[in-house]
Amino acid sequence: MRQLGRNGVLLAPAGIWLLVMLVLPLVVVFIFSFGERGAAGGYVPALTLEQYANLPARWTAFKNTLILAPLGTVAALLIAYPLAYYLAVRCSPKWRTTLLILVIVPFWTSILIRSYAWIFILGGRGIPALLAMVGIDDVRLINTPFAVLVGIVYGYLPLMVFPIFVSLDKLDKRLLEASSDLGSTPLRTFWQVTLPLSVPGVATGCMLVFILLMGEFLIPAILGGGKVFFVGNALVDLFLQSRNWAFGSAVAMTLVIIMLVTVTVYMKFISRLGGQRDDISLM
Amino acid sequence: MSAAVRTIAEFRGLTKTFGPVVAASDLNLSIAEGEFLSFLGPSGCGKTTALRMLAGFEAPTEGEVLLDGEVVNHVAAHNRPVNMVFQHYALFPHLSVFDNIAYGLRQRRPRPDRATVKEKVEKVLEIVRLEGFGPRRIWEMSGGQQQRVALARAIVNEPKILLLDEPMAALDRKLRKEMQIELQDLQRRLGITFVLVTHDQEEALSMSDRICVMNGGRIVQVGTPRELYDNPRSRYVAGFVGTSNFFDAVVAEAGPDDVAARLAGGQQVRGKPGFAVKTGQEVCVSIRPEQIALSRDAPEAGAAEPVSILNRIFLGEHTEYLVRSQSLGDILVLVPRQSELNAGTFNVGEEAFVSWDETALLILEQ
Repeated sequence: MRQLGRNGVLLAPAGIWLLVMLVLPLVVVFIFSFGERGAAGGYVPALTLEQYANLPARWTAFKNTLILAPLGTVAALLIAYPLAYYLAVRCSPKWRTTLLILVIVPFWTSILIRSYAWIFILGGRGIPALLAMVGIDDVRLINTPFAVLVGIVYGYLPLMVFPIFVSLDKLDKRLLEASSDLGSTPLRTFWQVTLPLSVPGVATGCMLVFILLMGEFLIPAILGGGKVFFVGNALVDLFLQSRNWAFGSAVAMTLVIIMLVTVTVYMKFISRLGGQRDDISLM
Repeated sequence: MSAAVRTIAEFRGLTKTFGPVVAASDLNLSIAEGEFLSFLGPSGCGKTTALRMLAGFEAPTEGEVLLDGEVVNHVAAHNRPVNMVFQHYALFPHLSVFDNIAYGLRQRRPRPDRATVKEKVEKVLEIVRLEGFGPRRIWEMSGGQQQRVALARAIVNEPKILLLDEPMAALDRKLRKEMQIELQDLQRRLGITFVLVTHDQEEALSMSDRICVMNGGRIVQVGTPRELYDNPRSRYVAGFVGTSNFFDAVVAEAGPDDVAARLAGGQQVRGKPGFAVKTGQEVCVSIRPEQIALSRDAPEAGAAEPVSILNRIFLGEHTEYLVRSQSLGDILVLVPRQSELNAGTFNVGEEAFVSWDETALLILEQ
């Protein structure tokens, strides 16, 4: 009983926080999603599935999110893995810390400012202007899905690099020698030893980036210019502009359910891949 | 060893430097097919570097490594017909016991078929007495079992040489003894050349056909355990292979088999030289603790030194005495249980005499 009391004290702050900031709002959103929009906006209590029936109206936002979030995750993984590999395995310890700090440095500036920088780089006077100089005219980059993809990969790359770096850094380098000793070429050693043992880092990185991308709204707003919008942008619009709280709640609930299903399936897959190892960090 | 024995590996003037550090210097050694050779020395003596150059993990700075008569300096580790049992085993944590052992077989091109792999893996599992453990995960295995898996993973490839890098360092004393016997037995049954690296003299003495004693990156002496124990060349070897008492001395009269030396206390002793000595040279006189007799009364024949007992440690089959002599300093004496039962134990503070046979004295390099 006393044990229970102590654990209660330890868990109370986080528990209360989760209850007030997550569970209660979710309950409210869940209830609102069955309601109706008031004449002047907001919420009027009701019990109807009308909002859910209306979901196809926001199909484009769902489509963009469900294509660009996984694509962005995969692109970030493909860029982050070689970088993390270099930092953890190849780089001399003398430079490692410096380079790791450089990976974090962008976080010191607001994502808003960094995304605005990309407007210039991808905009008419940036890369398209350079391409025009070598004769490739009329390239449009800004306000395209490509621009949004570049923005999200750029923004979330460190979140992918770090978990992979940690798992590669933890990797016992003698295992690589053992593999070589047993007749494996360096390339086969990578596929048979290095990659499987970095699965926990890859899994964590992908999970972090994917979840955050599913809820992203800032980068599509800035680099998509209202043409490439995510579910997040739809929610901002529904709650703050058109003040259709009931429909907004239905959209939000749908996103939450999609994420729950995706993440559950993903974790099942990863734990099978990792052979039920208990060291899949952050999960 | 008979003259017909083939040389399987050879070091010729092998040197390895890491920046300013000379890890191994001018190593010359040939390893005979089927022998059990140990590199013995303290940490940092270059024994691991020597082994890693044989395995192909380090490229020599100078000199040559030969395997089966061919220079292999530029042959990568994965192309050398040798396998290693690593110090902390380096087993693959993501693979089962079976897959760990099958790893080497599966790297071969053309790849052996499933049935062959299964048959070979099951055969070595039997050899290391781990039948039925194939599907287990590595972390489900105890330290001793992991060691057997590491051994199985190496020998399944039928290497020309099996390299063992302090393979028993992580095992407790009792398990280590068992594994030593098992390894020796395994080596005889398989007929594979074993090259062991160890800092444990007992391990080297009990298992090896030959021991290569190293110090400061150099080979100090190579020989059978008995040769090294009975005829060490230098004070270093005598101190590393077993324990010994050392006294500084100057050579009074040098002969090829018999040397007279004057101890610091003025006594003249005769002994067998471990190296080519010259008259007037400063040397070291060595005598093993078990070759010294401890008695209450001075023996009738031969020289004896009066001593007082400083310390007594009961070791079971032996009792170790530390005694002090006015002229020679502190001396370690090992008295077997039986002679102690006959003569009774000596107490700390008691006066006694130590004596020895002249044939037991060795004249060694400082």
